[in-house]
Amino acid sequence: MAAIAQQAGTTELRPAIAGRSPWALAWRRLRRNRIALAALGLFVLIVVLSMAAPLYTRDVAHDSNVLYPNLNGKTIVNGKLAPVMQQGGGILKLGESPIGPTWDIHHYFLGADNIGRDVGALLLYGGRASLQIGVTSAVLCCVVATLVALVAGFFGGLTDTILSRLMDVIWAFPVYLLAISIATVLLTKSSGIQIGFLTVSASSLWTPTVIIGFIYVPYVYRPVRGQVLSVVNKEFVEAAIAQGASNVRLIFSEILPNVVSTVIVLLPLMIATTILTEAALSFLSVGVQPPNVSWGTIINNGQALLYTRPWVSLAPGIMIVLTVLSLNVLGDGVRDALDPRAKLRVG
Amino acid sequence: MGQMMPKIAFLTGRRTMVGSIAGLAVLALAAAGCGNSSNSSSNSNTGATAAHKGGTFTILANSAFGVADPAQNYTLEEWQLLIDTHDGLVGFSKVGGLPGTKIVPDLATAIPTPTNGGKTYVFHIRKGIKFSNGQVLKPSDFVTTFDRQFTVPGPTSFYSSIVGANKCSTKGCDLSKAGGVVANDSAYTLTINLTAPDAELMDQLALPFAYAVPANTSTKLTGNNVPPGTGPYMWKSYNPNTEAVLVRNPYFKVWSNVAQPDGNPNEIVEKYGLQVSAEVTQVENGQAQEVFDGDSIPSDQLTTLNSPQYAGQVHVNTLTADYYMALNTSKPPFNNLMARQAINYAADRSAYVKIYGGPSLAVPACQILPPNFPSYKPFCPYTTGSQTVWSAPNVAKAKQLVKQSGTAGDKVVVNSTNDQVGTALAEQMVSDLKSIGYKASTQLLTASNQYPFIQNSANNKKWDVAYSAWFQDYPAASDFLNVLLGCGTIHKNSDASPNIAEFCNKPINNLITKAEADGSTNPTEAASLWTQVDHMDTQQAPWVDMYNPKQIDFLAKNVHGYQWNPQWYILIDQLWLSK
Repeated sequence: MAAIAQQAGTTELRPAIAGRSPWALAWRRLRRNRIALAALGLFVLIVVLSMAAPLYTRDVAHDSNVLYPNLNGKTIVNGKLAPVMQQGGGILKLGESPIGPTWDIHHYFLGADNIGRDVGALLLYGGRASLQIGVTSAVLCCVVATLVALVAGFFGGLTDTILSRLMDVIWAFPVYLLAISIATVLLTKSSGIQIGFLTVSASSLWTPTVIIGFIYVPYVYRPVRGQVLSVVNKEFVEAAIAQGASNVRLIFSEILPNVVSTVIVLLPLMIATTILTEAALSFLSVGVQPPNVSWGTIINNGQALLYTRPWVSLAPGIMIVLTVLSLNVLGDGVRDALDPRAKLRVG
Repeated sequence: MGQMMPKIAFLTGRRTMVGSIAGLAVLALAAAGCGNSSNSSSNSNTGATAAHKGGTFTILANSAFGVADPAQNYTLEEWQLLIDTHDGLVGFSKVGGLPGTKIVPDLATAIPTPTNGGKTYVFHIRKGIKFSNGQVLKPSDFVTTFDRQFTVPGPTSFYSSIVGANKCSTKGCDLSKAGGVVANDSAYTLTINLTAPDAELMDQLALPFAYAVPANTSTKLTGNNVPPGTGPYMWKSYNPNTEAVLVRNPYFKVWSNVAQPDGNPNEIVEKYGLQVSAEVTQVENGQAQEVFDGDSIPSDQLTTLNSPQYAGQVHVNTLTADYYMALNTSKPPFNNLMARQAINYAADRSAYVKIYGGPSLAVPACQILPPNFPSYKPFCPYTTGSQTVWSAPNVAKAKQLVKQSGTAGDKVVVNSTNDQVGTALAEQMVSDLKSIGYKASTQLLTASNQYPFIQNSANNKKWDVAYSAWFQDYPAASDFLNVLLGCGTIHKNSDASPNIAEFCNKPINNLITKAEADGSTNPTEAASLWTQVDHMDTQQAPWVDMYNPKQIDFLAKNVHGYQWNPQWYILIDQLWLSK
């Protein structure tokens, strides 16, 4: 007996193995994925740079009005005062060209756009708008899609049929065509968009945010609903029902925590998609409206300057590529971390 | 007169929508005639000589001109071809420079003197002329031509003063029965009776709408089949997705070298679908002869064209056209005169000029009538210094007016097209409005949506400032002052209401009525009245007039004989090709 007691006592002295939640395990797996971490770092860097736009314009470029045309402005090039817009040469003097990159951080580092604005400043402010719209619309889309999927999957039957067909209808429209149509209608409402007591001005960044968030709801709804359907008949849900849990409790306490990893995996990929969509819509002039800028609007402005001032289009193009690349790589990392057996694949 | 919708945003790439927008020419009287063209442009018609004849002249256009039926099409793009394939009773002299604005008899033997108090015109029709299908031209062909103005949907108001026109519609029209257009095929005469004298009738008859088509032409829309004409060329084919091809009319013989000279190229081909940058490259390489003058050459390539190697190939001419921002006078803040004048003072017109391509391609403007136009006298109250030429914005004065008007802080929506130029102009306008205390934002629409949108009064609560442009139909002051700012051109809830600002000032309108009435009887007095109207309109500031544009013609090296007609612009069939 004493021996047994001794043995038992010895066992109790060993340190207990700490239980790890699935989130902690996922985080540990993500930390080991250096490529994903590098992507995260790059994304954070882009976010920080964009957030610092006012500092650049105030302390570096010394121009607080960078979003407005500066066609008659002047700047310093090689120590001399020069017009931002330069008239064409020769006998005919056709056209007005913006100055190219000066590579001087204080004076039009990346040159000017077609209406004399500092491309460097636009790039940072454009980043703010693109990221704000991309992240917000992706979050909005994921939240709405998850809620609808939870309701459809949990209640099933007629509710599921109606909601799923509604999603199918939205899905049936070509994404850009739908977005352009909605944007065109909303842009002609000078009073803005009225949602209850909320009024969103037509030229506000919220207009493209809501549009983009809306058009992608079915894309998130589908996989999340699938997950809900696979969870809704599990034993732990039946146990909760047997205990008399309400529908709201079943949805938010039992089912949601078991499908949220799917949403988290989708989120970075959706952000990448929404940033690309915003850029495309702004390029087509139905996204971000002047005087706001986004990377898409800057590329649009640089279209007619591709031969002589390629940086106007190249710089925001590179920023879009880097952002989307970082988000895609990060998204893959998150997926591997949360779903090591890679049951969920997107794209 | 009452013509409607004659406009294009010509160099901004705004294309025509069938039955909606159009473009037309100009009277830059000083321009081509006085050497404003970058290159010498002959002012006399050299005519076609045997040595110059031959070859295929290829034009590259970004897009086609829509439905080709001449009773409907209202675009400079097709009109530049129709003048080579069809003729009217009268026409603008087909020569370069100032003489090109002169009305000359074409299918009529002479320009008749009106009788019956200016309401009846008897035209004697030339004999022996044949259509391109071999049919002989008869006076009765014109009855069909004029009936088609009403049965084919189009800008019928050009001819609404003809007796019986009020009973016509797209369902049917019989002007002959009503006594409006009476043909006598045996006497070879055509009589046109009007309900009231119209000083601009000859200008309107010289437009392609009134070009003769055979009497057996359908009174319905012929779509892309252009009915036969009497000009030196005929339409071989037209496909809006690919090309239009004009070949020689085998029945054509010169009857008037001034009205319709013979053409030089054997074939004229207009190809569609290339980007303008690619068009420029092809013309630089000699693969085509002309970049369509309505296509806006990208800023990048404008710089390239400054190179001395293209000096002989680039021609710049001043247009009688206005690029302007209409102020919505039907609602605050711009129902207030001081608010309208304020933004006129604040507008930095040099910035607008730069957006369009700089001083070589546009001139700042303050008043409604463009320079070198009939009745034009320089007047610019919205600047510092001189009151005749714009020099700089007067922001201090503008701020003072905004304060007096009590509109400071008002929200202002600037509506514009979403192309490069339209967007940039809107952004500059927003900047100008903010500089004097308004909360301005933009509303950008595609060009095809924007023009109908701003014309329709159902939308006038949605915008405060709207970008637009106007190119003359023919050289008459009323084409700007009455069409764009007369009380009679406000058509409620219509997409075709060219008085975009909804500006209606009774005293000014009375002067317009008087000037139109005097046009037939006392042209000098009428001209003076139009000048007065122009200056009064400018003082009432229904627009912010931004600039008067210039136009670029870029031709291949092997093209010769360039002539720029103020009404039709480049005279394509008068060009000839060296081997």
